[in-house]
Amino acid sequence: MATKSISRRDILKTLTMGAMAGSVLRVIPAQAAEYAHHMVAAEKAATTAGVYTPKFFSPQQYKTLQALCQAIIPEDSDSGGAKEAGAPEFIDLLTSENPKYQLRLGGGLMWLDAECTDRYGKPYLDCLPEQQKEILDLIAYRENAEKDPRLSQGVEFFAFLREMTADGFFTSEIGIKYLGYIGNTYLLSFPGCPPVPEA
Amino acid sequence: MAQVVRSPKVYDVCIIGSGAAGGTAAKVLTEGGLSVVMLEAGPPLNPEKDFKEHVWPYQLAHRGVGVGGEFRHELGDEFMAPNGAWEIDGEPYTSAPGSQFHWFRSRIVGGRTNHWGRIALRFAPVDFRARSTDGMGDDWPITYEEVSPYYDKVESYIGVFGTKENIPSAPDGIFLPPPVPRCTETIVKKACDKLNIHCVPSRMAILTKPVNGRAACHYCAQCGRGCITASNFSSSQVMIPPAQATGRFTLMTGAMAREIVVGKDGKAEAVAYIDKATRSEKRVHARAFMVAASACESARLLLNSRSTLFPDGLANSSGAVGRYLTDSVGSSAGGYFPQLEKMPPHNHDGVGGMHLYMPWWRYDRKNDFLRGYHIEFGGGRDMPGVGEFDGICKDHEGYGASLKQHCRTRYGTYIGFAGRGEMIPNERSYCEIDPDTVDQWGIPVLRFHWQWSDNEVKMAKDMQETFRSIVETAGGKFISKARPDGRHPYGIEDGGVIIHELGTARMGSNPKTSVLNKYCQAHDVDNVFVTDAAAFVTNPDKNPTLTIMALSWRASEYLIDQAKKGSL
Repeated sequence: MATKSISRRDILKTLTMGAMAGSVLRVIPAQAAEYAHHMVAAEKAATTAGVYTPKFFSPQQYKTLQALCQAIIPEDSDSGGAKEAGAPEFIDLLTSENPKYQLRLGGGLMWLDAECTDRYGKPYLDCLPEQQKEILDLIAYRENAEKDPRLSQGVEFFAFLREMTADGFFTSEIGIKYLGYIGNTYLLSFPGCPPVPEA
Repeated sequence: MAQVVRSPKVYDVCIIGSGAAGGTAAKVLTEGGLSVVMLEAGPPLNPEKDFKEHVWPYQLAHRGVGVGGEFRHELGDEFMAPNGAWEIDGEPYTSAPGSQFHWFRSRIVGGRTNHWGRIALRFAPVDFRARSTDGMGDDWPITYEEVSPYYDKVESYIGVFGTKENIPSAPDGIFLPPPVPRCTETIVKKACDKLNIHCVPSRMAILTKPVNGRAACHYCAQCGRGCITASNFSSSQVMIPPAQATGRFTLMTGAMAREIVVGKDGKAEAVAYIDKATRSEKRVHARAFMVAASACESARLLLNSRSTLFPDGLANSSGAVGRYLTDSVGSSAGGYFPQLEKMPPHNHDGVGGMHLYMPWWRYDRKNDFLRGYHIEFGGGRDMPGVGEFDGICKDHEGYGASLKQHCRTRYGTYIGFAGRGEMIPNERSYCEIDPDTVDQWGIPVLRFHWQWSDNEVKMAKDMQETFRSIVETAGGKFISKARPDGRHPYGIEDGGVIIHELGTARMGSNPKTSVLNKYCQAHDVDNVFVTDAAAFVTNPDKNPTLTIMALSWRASEYLIDQAKKGSL
């Protein structure tokens, strides 16, 4: 990092004193603000590296969670999937702190394994791909629960996991890029709207 | 083992609260030559450290929704500027049975101006003459013409963008140029033009040009996170620093005011406050007091300031303290706009808030309800956040490639609308001291009573109808959770939710029915002023902050004038 030799605090202090000369307000002059913003962003971007250790789910459950997340938002030619985006880590962290999520997701995963064992004689992860597809196709739609009330808990569980997976994916770096969000930056003027296609 | 420590120093003025009202008073009073001490119940603010400007959600382990996802779908997330919350540990408030009231409070230098929406609207002449106009509520003891020069001063100093429109319900001010509209806004404006609804550049306290050494906005859309360059208005960055620069300003943080202490002569002489760091009670002495703790907190302080001279609370011989509590009427809905699916990715951020809005447009005819409302709106290709795809997931269901693609297609195609209307004060909406509850500092807390009247519900109904017509005229699909019945008829929000609560120490010319005179000075105690929105007589469809600052500025100049005459 080119900025290592001088701390952000030093820079901000210098900038602030510059601003003070012309104004009683403690603010940063325009020409320096962009630089300061980049430094702040870089510093706050310091991410933790290494392998994630699940805080709530058992190792086996966590593998199931990862598989489900990836099934909900898979990798494709445009981007990685929910697993690469860190959705399972995000879900595990929040679940470890929230008893309601523990019931809905922890309990939901156990429901899924029990249902798979009833149907196929094995927990979800050990099932054949077509068996996994069959059960997911059942619990991924509300109308299936209306037809078969025994599925309703599974449908509720999957609906919540779908939302949480979408949260984890679309707030990740690759998810944001996939959506095409452009912004969170420093502009001298706002460009306005490109031509809007007709409705 | 509370030990009462007496400060020997007597300041000219003690200000309680550091937000819009307190900050304005601090600047004006110190620059006018008076010595000022300010009590703030929260900690100091350090923008460089405390603001999360430009942080991405993935840079936070909880992606912004906090421990256990507690802020999912909540206003206050991890990104928001610090110390604003619906609940504060150890500092409760209560609601009477059958009443639903929510109180957003802030404990930090700058108060709620650190997170506010920056919407800076003048009240209209008619807003000061409510009773004369339609027989409901009361008139203010001041007119628009008396307040207007102070709007000028505030706007010139803090910087507000907007355009001259000559709309009677939304007076023009001194404006910086507005930012150009976003795609979502051009679509909505076209529909409004067809419907003869005014849709004009919004008026926001955000700099589109440098002002007084503050840099212009850099269009990151994150005003609510706090702005490191102070390109938007907050008291902490724009009002407090010039007060400090005078050398006549003392800021005491972690100082929770408990009581205004009155001398034998019936004048206020000190504030007893809790020093939170040591949990001890201290006093600070002054010649005059400006209560600016936010409308309900100010009412609480007055009501808790009981003495033999003032058994019902300070400045409360009228019994009006805590009464006439209002909030804005809020109802919201939205729409899905298929044409936005075709928009190429582009920077949609803009300022932190709307570039256009709809001021009240039906002022020239009779409506189903009295008074009016304005419409705020937003949406489009904002920075993605947790919870944002819930609706899309629910709609689409399923999983896999098609769900993923559907989310991308629908991203940025939703526009939300929120009405902000005028509530008329009623007898069933007020706050009082809860006889059974104290906070962790031993200070009795507020209990809220709340009831909307028919006029507000009719207004919410009208809002929903208007939202629908705008969405459908613009070629969108209307989406609303509002139902005509239930606890929230037509989507009307609970009291306090819009965070425009005010009126609890209103001004008036009659001391029997009001707390303050036209200079925000207590009728009963002439060295006590209340300069926040407690002083308001009506709660028109304009966000209160700009008027809070104008009235506080005016009261401060009056106080300086009194001091010069030797009557302080």
